[in-house]
Amino acid sequence: MSTAEILTPETEDVSVGDYQFGFHDPTDKYAFTSRKGIDREMVTQISEMKNEPGWMTDFRLRSFEIFQEKPMPTWGGDMSGIDFQNIFYYVKASDKQEKSWDDVPEDIRRTYEKLGIPEAEQKYLSGVKAQYESEVVYGSLQEDLAKQGVLFTDTDSALREHPDIFREYFGTIIPPHDNKFAALNSAVWSGGSFIYVPPGVHIDFPLQAYFRINTENMGQFERTLIIMDEGSSAHYVEGCTAPTYSSDSLHSAVVEIIVKKEGRFRYTTIQNWSNNVYNLVTKRAMAYQDALMEWVDGNLGSKLTMKYPAIYLMEPGARGETLSIAFAGEGQHQDAGAKMVHCAPHTSSRVISKSISKDGGRAGYRGLVKVQNGATDCKSNVVCDALILDPESRSDTYPYIEVEEQDVAMEHEASVSKIGEEQLLYLMSRGLTEAEASAMIVTGFIEPLVKELPMEYAVEMNRLIELQMEGSVG
Amino acid sequence: MSSLLKIDNLHVNVGDTEILKGVNLEIRQGEIHALMGPNGSGKSTLAYALVGHPKYEITQGTVTVDGTDLADLDPTQRARLGLFLAFQYPVTIPGVKVADFLRHAMTNVRNPDRKEGEELMPMREFRTELRDTMKELDIDAEFARRYLNDGFSGGEKKRMEILQLALLKPKFAILDETDSGLDSDAVRVVSEGLAKLSGPEMGVLIITHHERLLEYNIPQFTHVMLAGRIVETGDAALAHELHANGYAGIRERHPDAAAEEQVAQTQDTAGAGT
Repeated sequence: MSTAEILTPETEDVSVGDYQFGFHDPTDKYAFTSRKGIDREMVTQISEMKNEPGWMTDFRLRSFEIFQEKPMPTWGGDMSGIDFQNIFYYVKASDKQEKSWDDVPEDIRRTYEKLGIPEAEQKYLSGVKAQYESEVVYGSLQEDLAKQGVLFTDTDSALREHPDIFREYFGTIIPPHDNKFAALNSAVWSGGSFIYVPPGVHIDFPLQAYFRINTENMGQFERTLIIMDEGSSAHYVEGCTAPTYSSDSLHSAVVEIIVKKEGRFRYTTIQNWSNNVYNLVTKRAMAYQDALMEWVDGNLGSKLTMKYPAIYLMEPGARGETLSIAFAGEGQHQDAGAKMVHCAPHTSSRVISKSISKDGGRAGYRGLVKVQNGATDCKSNVVCDALILDPESRSDTYPYIEVEEQDVAMEHEASVSKIGEEQLLYLMSRGLTEAEASAMIVTGFIEPLVKELPMEYAVEMNRLIELQMEGSVG
Repeated sequence: MSSLLKIDNLHVNVGDTEILKGVNLEIRQGEIHALMGPNGSGKSTLAYALVGHPKYEITQGTVTVDGTDLADLDPTQRARLGLFLAFQYPVTIPGVKVADFLRHAMTNVRNPDRKEGEELMPMREFRTELRDTMKELDIDAEFARRYLNDGFSGGEKKRMEILQLALLKPKFAILDETDSGLDSDAVRVVSEGLAKLSGPEMGVLIITHHERLLEYNIPQFTHVMLAGRIVETGDAALAHELHANGYAGIRERHPDAAAEEQVAQTQDTAGAGT
């Protein structure tokens, strides 16, 4: 564990402005608004409203019991501001699934236009999935993908339309008793993406989904389940921006992924929740023989983010990579990281974590690399870089390593980079203003992550960083 | 009328230590000046003070460009006024592509009133100019896609500085030991590059220990700095003499400054502000 270091007192002029995507639509057009708070009746009601099979209702109720029994985590960040009885657990944005863009309600469309979804739609006619509040209201899937047997739908529809495969995998990677928030999600989940890619099918373009929180005090508990069958490959991308609201909001997703033998899967997330959101997400993947699983995880915004995407390397030859970036501004705490569990020999993992903190923000890396007994000839490489922009801000690194084998190659590097006086002078002496120079240095710092993103996400990511650094759109 | 960079009785501190103790120097556009002197005499300090490094504090005297006092300007504004320093040790900026950096720099220097977020120069225009200039300076086009000075060899870093000089076309260019640490081929490349760029529109101050740079860029004036002052000024012949015979003769002719140099070296063996 390293203590916070103060490195750059020279950048105090660079201020973060108001949250840029703080628009919201009127909420009274909704077909249904559930009441605040959670109890058995509410859980049952959610399941009934969705016309779910009995096993799912039972699963939800059992999960609710586990949620009640589990204590709050005592590590990570300050969760004392979460009032579970002051949250909406289910809100329906519109009654039915929309078939085409023109059918999407106008105010919802406007919201997406501000987020640039139509362009994404034009570019990726096949793959756009947009989740508005608790349900997916718009989705399209390229025909030839469907012909190849690819299933890409919202998770609620998947439960109705593909019950067998759904039930085979659902809750097997992250069971409800895994942690308190996984239990909560299991009790009240709604929406999320379901993907099944059959053996040998390769999807060359990113499958995309956008998530937004739009009702005050609304929790968003999406549930994503992805099954990559043998020798298949795909890339899934989700990006989030959220409107600003005055009272706290909870986002607690569960993402379960199975990558079977020789499959390849990348899951890319950019999250930019508004500053009052608690973002407590459980993400876990299992990678089998010679499979490759990659998490690319960008965390901006939120009040508190606790997120440690995990990869279990289940069989020989499995590889796992996590590329994570966290940006913490004023009043924000990003506790992000990665978890790599080597369960089999000849497996390898790599973690690259970049964190930026400014204006009193706190960003850190918390990670676990575990090598189980019998998992010989494993390799793991963890690199954490922190960039601290002012004396008020803080960075922490908590690397945990548990190794039960001798024949293992482990590398861990942690560095605290800085915006140095010399770097600023160099750029300014070429005519850049101090804010431009700082933004350029920060953009460069996260470039290793941004270059892994699809073009429009890279542009959006850089724009968000510029907004954060310069305080306003020029 | 050609521009004038005027340094008048300049005193500069680094922390509590006075490094420059009254420097006087006038450079006009179109002139080439050489600044020589032993290690620790204050040459680089002068360079940093001119571009506005925050650690180098002007305690007395003035630097003006056509009457505008640089003390009132930050490094950004000085660059936009037409000042350029080719750094002795160019810093690495990981993740920032050379092309992105150059486009920002060129846009800003050419539009001194530009505000943050205003449009950059058109991509097509930028690319054409960059490609032509790189070709002219015999720089591999691949450079533009690399990260700024990241993993560059010493020679590549210095060439990057010359490329920036070519694109930013300053009124006054200061080259701080641009020839140091390079093999003779690299020195030739950099020297030829500078010779192509300098002309009636550019005043040049070449800080150097060596002579090669000056063979290609013959100075009208050679200044010798010792213990924070310019103690002698001559022509190209003086540079030649110093290169052949070293600074012993200078110290003999200026015993007071030589004594100060001794004292400073004893006080600070680390050689602050070299």
